[in-house]
Amino acid sequence: MSQIHLFELSFAGLFFVLLILFALVIRKRPEKRLREIPAFAHLGRSVGLAVEAGKRLHIALGYGGVNDVQGASGLVGLTMLQRIARAASISDRPPIASSGEGTLGILSQDTLKSSYQAIRSENLYDPIYGQISGLTPFSYAAGTLPIIMDQQVSTTVLAGHFGSEVALITDANERVGSQTMAGSDNLEAQAVLYVSSQDPLIGEELYASGAYLNAGLMHQASVRTQDVMRWVVIAGILLGGLLKLIGVIE
Amino acid sequence: MSRLRTSLSVAIVISVGLIVLGGYFLDIPMLNTLQIVFLRWAALLGAVALIVGVFNLFNVHLRKINTGQKGSPYSLILLIALIATVLIVGFLGPTSFWSMWIFNYIHVPIESSLMAVLAVVMAFAGARLLGRRFNAFSIIFILTALFVLAGSISLSFVDFPVLAELRDWIDRVPTTAGARGILLGVALGTVATGFRLLMGADRPYGG
Repeated sequence: MSQIHLFELSFAGLFFVLLILFALVIRKRPEKRLREIPAFAHLGRSVGLAVEAGKRLHIALGYGGVNDVQGASGLVGLTMLQRIARAASISDRPPIASSGEGTLGILSQDTLKSSYQAIRSENLYDPIYGQISGLTPFSYAAGTLPIIMDQQVSTTVLAGHFGSEVALITDANERVGSQTMAGSDNLEAQAVLYVSSQDPLIGEELYASGAYLNAGLMHQASVRTQDVMRWVVIAGILLGGLLKLIGVIE
Repeated sequence: MSRLRTSLSVAIVISVGLIVLGGYFLDIPMLNTLQIVFLRWAALLGAVALIVGVFNLFNVHLRKINTGQKGSPYSLILLIALIATVLIVGFLGPTSFWSMWIFNYIHVPIESSLMAVLAVVMAFAGARLLGRRFNAFSIIFILTALFVLAGSISLSFVDFPVLAELRDWIDRVPTTAGARGILLGVALGTVATGFRLLMGADRPYGG
């Protein structure tokens, strides 16, 4: 095993051990001490208001394939879809998910179906609630616009891999007066979303969504693990810089 | 039955995930072979999912036409274009004259037009930012964007080398530092998502 692989394995091992440790701690002493992220507070209100007003919630999952590293943000989007669908599926206008990639589209349909099953309303499920609106970045953005414009969407949650074309989607939301909560793994999209959405999620905030939406113990444990591992990475960077400065490493 | 199906799905995901991850870290020939086989299957499934995606797109727009929803004429145009493209590219090949004609004279101009619209939309969004969130970060964001834009413009009658140098410094130091910080957060989030999947805590496959 090479030195790099050994280092990566140690990092992954430490991450895993901490994840289990925090899960055990939180199971014993459940507590909610997550820092406030306004976007999640607004989302909770938006879901309630959409159900009351008979409006639709739209979850845009982007076009990151699950076979790729970009897929992680799409998977986070699916967790959000599951939580939102469970809360709003009984609405007159059930939530709709759009995606720009085949596997993500199938998974969004599967997630919606299981959410309907969980609330014993399988008969209300329609595969059309999980749409693939386009298979290239611009066609995805263009295909998503009619959902926002024509389907009385009150809130759009963008959670997945996007590029700068995401501005077209947020602009459509702005024009119909609907709320936008958005996060992406792509830096370019994050910059665009910071400017164009009401509630942007920056960096790892997107990956903490499961913990804020009460998706389970492991989501809370992973937020804590990420916090600890961030300090480990910072210490590693500082140590590396110091060792380079004194000439131990080249 | 449903519970059994979920348990089976979770078992498959965990075992395949562990084999692929193990094949990356450990140098065991059998594990490496299995890893390659699974990754090939994943690529194959991805391609099948793409075809399913096209059918889904077709179905959504066909239903829109059948139910006479708003914008159904556009859906009809989309379906005609989709069928025509599949037939032309399928029968004549992806590099034939007509396939390239579709690409060069329909696809590229449409995407270029959307790109042009995007530039205007982003300028408007920038202008709206201060009205929506008037705080120090928004002001820094807008000022930096304007400054970098000004530093990138080449005008023959104006020459400010300091401006270009400062723009390069912004690009090299604060932008790179901020981007790396955000990317580290994203990477940690990605690792956490991967572990939750491997442990069966996240089940986006109907569990």
